[in-house]
Amino acid sequence: MRSILPILTVLTAIVALWYGAAVMLNKQWTYDQAARAGVTVTFSQVLADTMTQERPVLPAPHQVAKGLWDGFAGQKITSKKSLVLHSWITFSATMAGFALGTLAGIVLAVGIVHSRAMDMSVMPWAIASQTIPILAIAPMVIVVLASLGIKGLIPKAIIAAYLSFFPVLVGMVKGLRAPDGMQLDLLRTYNASGSQAFWKLRLPSSMPYLFASLKVGVAAALVGTIVAELPAGASQGLGARLLSGSYYGQTIQIWSALFAAAILAAVLVLIVGVIERVVLKRMGMAK
Amino acid sequence: MSAVGYGALLFWACAMALNFHLAERFPNSRPVRSFVAMLFGVTLIVLWQGLVRGLNVSPVILPAPSDIAAAIFANIPLLWQDFAQTILKGALAGYLIGCGAAVATAIAVDRSPFLQRGLLPVGNFVAALPIVGIAPILVMWFGFDWQSKAAVVVVMVFFPVLVNMVAGLAATDALSRDLMATYSASYSQTLIKLRLPAALPFLFNGLKIATTLALIGAIVAEFFGSPTRGMGFRISTSVGQLDLALVWAEITVAALAGSGLFGLITMIEKAATFWHPSQRGR
Repeated sequence: MRSILPILTVLTAIVALWYGAAVMLNKQWTYDQAARAGVTVTFSQVLADTMTQERPVLPAPHQVAKGLWDGFAGQKITSKKSLVLHSWITFSATMAGFALGTLAGIVLAVGIVHSRAMDMSVMPWAIASQTIPILAIAPMVIVVLASLGIKGLIPKAIIAAYLSFFPVLVGMVKGLRAPDGMQLDLLRTYNASGSQAFWKLRLPSSMPYLFASLKVGVAAALVGTIVAELPAGASQGLGARLLSGSYYGQTIQIWSALFAAAILAAVLVLIVGVIERVVLKRMGMAK
Repeated sequence: MSAVGYGALLFWACAMALNFHLAERFPNSRPVRSFVAMLFGVTLIVLWQGLVRGLNVSPVILPAPSDIAAAIFANIPLLWQDFAQTILKGALAGYLIGCGAAVATAIAVDRSPFLQRGLLPVGNFVAALPIVGIAPILVMWFGFDWQSKAAVVVVMVFFPVLVNMVAGLAATDALSRDLMATYSASYSQTLIKLRLPAALPFLFNGLKIATTLALIGAIVAEFFGSPTRGMGFRISTSVGQLDLALVWAEITVAALAGSGLFGLITMIEKAATFWHPSQRGR
């Protein structure tokens, strides 16, 4: 806990910088308005105005906080303006994709660890597939699947799954290979079969690696879902909220959606972290 | 399904059988390794071609690889123009500025453990956030041309590189630092001769992650507004016109650019960190 103070210092510095930037970026509009009205404004008036504009270039932190509060608590949950609704849409697609991607990653990893041919053929291409900016084809996947009549959650989940499978695959391959020769030899002296070695040694020893990559994977799945919500047509979800905010110049709406996404990401990583701690503790592997 | 489809399936079966045989016979030979990987890739393309043709899949849903290749050769000037706009201007400029700024920041906060302890968790947190989301804001600030794309890329690559560089600068062991102290080396001497080289493996790790992020940032930012060229622009408009062969042509270019950039960084890493165990082992 000794890093609380440094973290708070850095955060305070960021907020202070943010207020400063808000004044710098928003004052032009204030001066323009004043010039049009033919009045001169004092610096303190400018300062006050830059904090309360309706469509600021950069909303001040308290405006974003108010936007977030309105979005989460000030609306009925079913309202189109409710961030709870949009977050839920994004969250459900993220979870579906994350589950799919994790499953695919684990299955592929088991295959790769058990078959040398799989290892030689699949692994290089799995790595190469990650150098491809796959997010760029997200809108295409959405449009094509929509033309096939598949809409809503599934296309978003597919993109989220594609992004989250790779960290899981790499972590799982590493984890399943983590037992050293001595432990494998021990099991051989017990005359353990391949599946016994898998269930009793390889799988348990891969858990720490799995959870480390699950944290990366869940964040990646969220990014995938949000980008998948960007193409025109989506009306719900945090990504759609970002896009409509950018169309109508509602900067406070954009920033609120952005922070809602950040909070969602933090919550997801936190949940995985808690599950990790509980599981590793039950397995006696907690550090 | 027609004969083409069955032919492709047959080829797939034969190639997989050959792969399994080769993998069992020559487990440790490097040429066999790359041959097996190549064959797997070729098999995927043949299977794709065969199934699309054999099942008569509409080109609006999934074009065959031959259609994509035709689209690439028919549109080379267009693809080059988009490549220059998105990759050479947007992504590369942003990548250089962002990585440079991250390394500079890491070195700047290096002398203050207090700042490091504060910056590292915050940086780690921000690196996990969906940063692509700031694209609409930055497009609003910097206009539609490549500057706004570069700005998105700067923000996207900054935190992963920063976190890795800070961790890298802390990676020297006490023994080597003591040695520098007995030489009565100054702070800057220790930094240049010991700690920067020791940080390189970490830095390259961050740089590699950043290459993909840079391409993603540059392309996705174009969905929020761009001049009438650029890969993201072309992808979104061609999807609207259902010209999927052109979309896949752009994706091929993006994939080649991504792999090329990644390969370039890997090559530089090999040359710069030849002393590191991970490079010597192979």
